[in-house]
Amino acid sequence: MSGPAGPEAARVPEPPDDAAAPPTGDHPVPPALPAPTHKVLKSLLGAWALAACSAEETTAVEEHLTDCATCADEAVRLRDAVALLHPEDNLDLDPRLRSRVLSACLGRRPARVPVPDWVAPYDAETARLDALLHDIGEAEWRAPVRLKWFDGERPVARDTTAAAVIGHLLAVDGLLAAVLGLPDPLGPLATEGATPTERTEAFWAMAADGPAGQPPGAVHGGWREQSHALTRTASFAGAEAADRSVPYGPVSLPLADSFVDRAFECWVHAVDIADAIDYPYAPPSAGHLHRMVDLGARLLPAAIADRRRAGLAPPPYALLPVGVPGRTLHLEVEGSGGGHWYIPLDSPGATTSAAETVAHVALDAVEFCRLAAGHIPPEEAAAGQTGDRQAIRDALYATASLSRL
Amino acid sequence: MATEAPPRWDRKMQQRLAHGEAAALGELYDRFASLVHTLAHRVLSDETAADRVTREVFGYVWENPGAYDPKQGSLRSWIAALTHRQAVERLRQSQSDGENTPEEIEERVREASAAARADYIVTSMPAPLRAALDLAYLRRLDYRQAAVDLGVTEDEARRRLRLGLQLLSTAHHAPRVPSPPAHGGVR
Repeated sequence: MSGPAGPEAARVPEPPDDAAAPPTGDHPVPPALPAPTHKVLKSLLGAWALAACSAEETTAVEEHLTDCATCADEAVRLRDAVALLHPEDNLDLDPRLRSRVLSACLGRRPARVPVPDWVAPYDAETARLDALLHDIGEAEWRAPVRLKWFDGERPVARDTTAAAVIGHLLAVDGLLAAVLGLPDPLGPLATEGATPTERTEAFWAMAADGPAGQPPGAVHGGWREQSHALTRTASFAGAEAADRSVPYGPVSLPLADSFVDRAFECWVHAVDIADAIDYPYAPPSAGHLHRMVDLGARLLPAAIADRRRAGLAPPPYALLPVGVPGRTLHLEVEGSGGGHWYIPLDSPGATTSAAETVAHVALDAVEFCRLAAGHIPPEEAAAGQTGDRQAIRDALYATASLSRL
Repeated sequence: MATEAPPRWDRKMQQRLAHGEAAALGELYDRFASLVHTLAHRVLSDETAADRVTREVFGYVWENPGAYDPKQGSLRSWIAALTHRQAVERLRQSQSDGENTPEEIEERVREASAAARADYIVTSMPAPLRAALDLAYLRRLDYRQAAVDLGVTEDEARRRLRLGLQLLSTAHHAPRVPSPPAHGGVR
């Protein structure tokens, strides 16, 4: 144990209290070893101050310090420097601090080019995931992550890694990049009209864990660069950009909804990664969660109709012309970010009506999102259900069917 | 975090902030919030106070992007200096409650400043030096084991440890943090 003796020896230039050492200062050097030169001893000072050299070297350095003032001087300085080192605190920055700091800034000086409110959830969620990724090590990038979704009839899962999940986000976010005139991360592999799943498969086929020959975390930088570029470009794109159509394979979404969808996916997969490496991960802020629930609720009528067309649900009572009030499901989403939505059950274009409400479903906002992500089976989802059981079943299964890889 | 952004990034960021681009403010936060908060926390040892300093520093940069002079150094070092000044000012205020003598306050400020500067030096030093220090200090390897881990000669491992500590020791010698100016600075 040479460490603790080090600093004392340096500050008080006396030989260490060693019973074996003759008091005369006549140092016993084993005859086999030549005495280290001043140059070598000086080069050892850093290692010595860190207690990172052998016992013999420690003794040699400390003896040298008693008769070399230059080295003794440096030894004190380096030893004091070691005292400034400390284990990484790993103080996780509170993710909520970001929105507080940014809104305080914008209160002091309003932005000339604001981030549109339909981009804000994406900006916030990508920043939260980025912070999580900064904290993870190489081994955690390879941690097994289970992706889960609902294929229309049953829950399915696929095992992959944290790095591949980021590749998935990068590949699908690329749909928005193309619409905003940014380069497609798939490069030459991009094919017109590809679905999110097809794009992901193409990216993984290129390199499942990110670019070949690079550490698994390398995909992080590319994903972050693209998400910053998306936020920035959308900020400059002007209000009309919100309505631009983003093709998701056969279907499409307005750009504004796409950003909310991508924020939702970012959160869902951040939770997948956080769960895999045992990190806590909170839900989005109430306002952003509300936008996500709202998007899901607005997509429900079409999802219900799709299931009927695919033969996964019984046909509607009546096909109603657009604008005619029809049977309605009251979706009550509770908790932070919740609210009330009225879902037309018989055809996507029908209007809803309190008088035609045939069923009421109540569930928590985070539960609704977990259902829409395919992370909980529809039959286990709703906390409260009253009314037409087939209508409730249609709505819950359709919500789960919003999920995909 | 350890890597310095290229000067071009700094200048571009300054222009974007001057232009009032909120997305740039978000990117600035994403790059430097952890540095600012850690330095403030090192000086103040208080989460809430560090949050407040973080808000002040980003507020100042957002309101005064023109105050950064790229010729004087990197945006990162400028932001670190703003943080340091703001945190030390707060530390002085919090200690001036009549219970501490001016000498005690200055001693506390001096210690906190050296600790914060050391953090900054560690996060800014060349990666090979930092890696060597991490192995010897955190993982308690001796320099021979560190040399194997780093794939360098034993001479080189000794050199890196010594150089790393020499850099770190300048935290003690940096100029004394000036008292808060009567005007200007971070408000």
